[in-house]
Amino acid sequence: MQEPRRPDPDKLLEQIQEQDRRASRGRLKIFFGYIAGVGKTFAMLDAAQRLAAAGTDVVVGYVETHGRAETDALLAGLEALSPLMVEHRGIKLREFDLDAALARHPAVVLVDELAHTNAPGLRHRKRWQDVEELLEAGIGVFTTMNVQHLESLNDVIRDVTGIQVKETVPDGIFDEADSVEVIDLPPGELLERLRQGKVYMATQAAHAMEHFFNGPNLGALREIALRRTADRIHGHIESSQLEKDVRHQIWRITDTLLVCVGPSPTSAKVIRVSKRMAASINARWIAASVETTRTRSMSEGQRLRLNENMQLAQGLGAETVSLSGDDVAEEVVSYAQSQNVTRIVIGKSRQSRWRGLIRPNIVSQLLEKSGDIDIYVIQGMGETGEAPLQARPAPVRRWRPYAATIGLVVVAWVAALLLQQANLSEANKAVVFFPAVVLAAMWWGLGPGVVAAVASVLAFDFFFVPPYYTFAVRDIQYFFTLLVLAVVALLVGTLAARLRRQVQTSRVREKRLEVLYRLSHSLSGISGAQQLAVAAQQQVATILGGAVSIYLPDGTLLEPVVSTTGGQMASHHELAVATWAYEHGQIAGNGTDTLPDARAIYLPLKTPQATVGVLAVEPPRTGFFFSPDRRQLLETVAGQIGIALERDQLAEQRSSALVDAETEKMRSSLLSSVSHDLRTPLAVIAGTSSTLLEMGDNADRSTRQALLTEVYDESNRLTRLVENLLSITRLESGLTVVEKEWFPVEDVVGSALGRLRKETAGRSINIAIPPELPLVPLDGVLIDQVLFNLLDNALKYSPAGSPIDISARGEQGSVVIEVADRGSGLAEGEHEQIFEKLHRGMASKEGGRGAGLGLAIARAIVDAHGGSIWAAARLGGGALFSFRLPVGSTPDVPHEDEADEAR
Amino acid sequence: MSPQRGQDARDSGKARILVIEDDTPMRRFLRAALSNEGYQVVEAETGQAGLTSLLSHIPDLILLDLGLPDMDGTSILERVREWSRVPIVVLSARGQEADKVDALNLGADDYLTKPFGVPELLARILVALRHATQLRDAAGEQAAQFLTGDIAVDLGRRRVMVRGEVVHLTPIEYRLLATFVRNPGRVLTHAYLLREVWGLSGTSQAHYLRIYVASLRKKLEVDPADPRYLVTEQGVGYRLNEL
Repeated sequence: MQEPRRPDPDKLLEQIQEQDRRASRGRLKIFFGYIAGVGKTFAMLDAAQRLAAAGTDVVVGYVETHGRAETDALLAGLEALSPLMVEHRGIKLREFDLDAALARHPAVVLVDELAHTNAPGLRHRKRWQDVEELLEAGIGVFTTMNVQHLESLNDVIRDVTGIQVKETVPDGIFDEADSVEVIDLPPGELLERLRQGKVYMATQAAHAMEHFFNGPNLGALREIALRRTADRIHGHIESSQLEKDVRHQIWRITDTLLVCVGPSPTSAKVIRVSKRMAASINARWIAASVETTRTRSMSEGQRLRLNENMQLAQGLGAETVSLSGDDVAEEVVSYAQSQNVTRIVIGKSRQSRWRGLIRPNIVSQLLEKSGDIDIYVIQGMGETGEAPLQARPAPVRRWRPYAATIGLVVVAWVAALLLQQANLSEANKAVVFFPAVVLAAMWWGLGPGVVAAVASVLAFDFFFVPPYYTFAVRDIQYFFTLLVLAVVALLVGTLAARLRRQVQTSRVREKRLEVLYRLSHSLSGISGAQQLAVAAQQQVATILGGAVSIYLPDGTLLEPVVSTTGGQMASHHELAVATWAYEHGQIAGNGTDTLPDARAIYLPLKTPQATVGVLAVEPPRTGFFFSPDRRQLLETVAGQIGIALERDQLAEQRSSALVDAETEKMRSSLLSSVSHDLRTPLAVIAGTSSTLLEMGDNADRSTRQALLTEVYDESNRLTRLVENLLSITRLESGLTVVEKEWFPVEDVVGSALGRLRKETAGRSINIAIPPELPLVPLDGVLIDQVLFNLLDNALKYSPAGSPIDISARGEQGSVVIEVADRGSGLAEGEHEQIFEKLHRGMASKEGGRGAGLGLAIARAIVDAHGGSIWAAARLGGGALFSFRLPVGSTPDVPHEDEADEAR
Repeated sequence: MSPQRGQDARDSGKARILVIEDDTPMRRFLRAALSNEGYQVVEAETGQAGLTSLLSHIPDLILLDLGLPDMDGTSILERVREWSRVPIVVLSARGQEADKVDALNLGADDYLTKPFGVPELLARILVALRHATQLRDAAGEQAAQFLTGDIAVDLGRRRVMVRGEVVHLTPIEYRLLATFVRNPGRVLTHAYLLREVWGLSGTSQAHYLRIYVASLRKKLEVDPADPRYLVTEQGVGYRLNEL
């Protein structure tokens, strides 16, 4: 029994989000009838006309009027989408055009017959899935359906009326619809309409329907429809969904119901019954299937059926779980106990009586083990219209284990013959057959084990029990020997076979674990979404064997990043499926209900925040991913990749946050230091110019000249400071991109000197660049800036008139450029510090004016080139600044013969 | 624009200059500096107004700020160049080398980097005006002789004299120098030079250009590493200065 629980905050949040989601969702209105001909379509069109008259944007998506004049008349004046014409096996089918409706995006779209099954090749298998997508896109939908199309009532109605309806709609759609309008018509009137020929019937169904259209049937259907609607209203009235759930969680001791699902066709009925049971006691319900060694050898047909049954349960609102183990009853009970299940529902199995003697059937095992859990056994019933269970697949090489088993028995027989030669007793001869039985059971399973046991008993009887060479037994004593031999052989064989199965199961499980471990291990060390995708793709391809692709969004578009088949999978159609899976965060493609004719199955790679990509796997053969364990493996793998991608995203976010914080810190310290340097020249300019204004004509020419020069110089200083600030900001924000081109060193030296022409006046600048120096890959504008700053620095920190030397030299794989002055040099321990931001040389002749950014900029630029910059004391006094740029390869150099000289 | 009128305006030292610049103090400064030199100044605060003034005032030269609020400077350039060859000097900030190159490739004649001094401004305007005159007056026959500082180039006789001595140039060096000589004082972009001299499109072979400029400098300049004639406009192109 479950303890009353506090509401889980996560769950609450989820429900609030669910409400938000519903708010942006389109509204669904269902016109609900108990049988064809009550006037659902008519009512729907009538409502649409009224909406349109009120100014709502209503569009007819798809309506089947069956040529009824009064219904046709109601279509007049409504905008209608043209139906999609689909050809299937030579027949032209009219279908609802989902994409046209999504593109048109009206406020309300009319889509008749919710239970309709779409023609193959359309995006969804069922029309209600189309409607879901419309609602998801925020489009309101009007639709129609009959009560017999409700999934959970499907079998009840078959029982009542004898007609099986194959097209069904999950109850969830009906229950969650925003409004349901019951279109009711008393059966008498309906029959009257039928007689007047006002009710349409397809000719092939006409005969069956005639049976169906009788008073009692109609009455029963009408009652079911009205009752179901009343149930729905009851659920809605109780209170809002959120409050209701919270109350459930806090106050209610919830019943939990578990239904056992198998590959049997009768399971579907069992599932529907449990749905109704769960709904009536308002219980949580779980559908469980158990995977054993036997289910592993299921035919594809059975697998498909099991898959369908599980999907049916899911569609009806069950949580589904796939258990794995060898003892079905044991697994079910232990899972049920872990989930506080109060009731277990199971179908009655059709096991023959004699098998029940050897091995109790699952129902009795459950009864035995279930303790205080109630067990409900439902009489299953084959459903018409479904494919019969396929026989086991044609045994491929199945006879081999049996032949080998016979071989083993022959070996044992030969051994027994030898023992007989040695005159040993019968007991010894009997014993040599046991190894054959054990080995056969262990190696090849229960079947060969049993065959070995039977063959051994027969061989022993035939050859070693008098009268020899007959199967007759003369002595009662031998009869017992044979009996004991048979029993022991069967027992040992069964045990050995079970052992083998368990070993197999655990081996499979182990392999899966190993696969997942390998995957997560190989993804753990990788960063970057692209690299992760490449690694994951390789791993998944080795695990699953099919062609594997991974799609990641590039901006808003999804793109295949890696693919086994080298882009072949990314056909237009496949990409559309991948995009659908990505946008809706749902599985799609081969083997699913959405776009099932795709070649691959598409799984969204999800993180808690969003879908980050899509994993596509092409099944090696049809139905490969129907098997629950493979599907589960696939989903786990997708989950793992999603987690890896999320980890990568988080790491990226964290590092960018770190950079942001660091930049912020730098910015604020820079601001405080720089504001002083900005204000000083501004103050000088403002002061000097206001003095000039005050003085007017009183100032003599030379005074005016001096003051104006002051203004001019200060504004130049300001300019340089602002330029420096801008460039360091650009460099540090990563806005500056280094664009390397091949340069002769003279070119950049020349352009830097050109900009300092005025400052270098009166100085001797000695340049020594050897002619054989190679071209250097560099960004001209940026290295020009480095040289400018170094030269500016040298000019600032050395006495006027002293020489400045610029030199360059090649060193293995790099070029070193040096700027040397004859100033006072650097202070002790300053050599490294001077490249830090805001550090000012102690020996500045200008008394520390300048923000100390020049060398920091130079270092940032040289670093961005992959080079290095350093300062040293110069021999004979002064400072020596050097920077090294890597050269690497050489470009193609144009060659021109000197003989071609122009005159 | 009537060549007659333009000619007269320049002869009397009254070329008309249209200043398209949104910043008022900047406009005031330009008006003062240009009027002082005898130019007529027409001001426009926005790109749109500038285009209108271009039609109503028919200026001899446009000073165009690249950072206008209403229109992208390059789109103004494109609009003007659809029908007019009027010389255009663009004003831009440092660090916008790519914009300058774009502007030049779209048909601007030259550029000035803010902040700039009056002498620089006047020199650029003179060069641009003269270039326009040359284009108009003698589309085919350019000045056969080019003389500046201690360099003399005789395009007719394919002869280059530096400091009184004949200098031998390779065919490519000569073609490069001739291209500069035909556009004295103007900045020529990498793309333009590569196309004119090598017939190459794009700038992926810009190092060819740098190598030949370097070897030309060795033959023309006193100090090739501190050139006076063939100067580098880093990130944009080269300019042949007239001393």
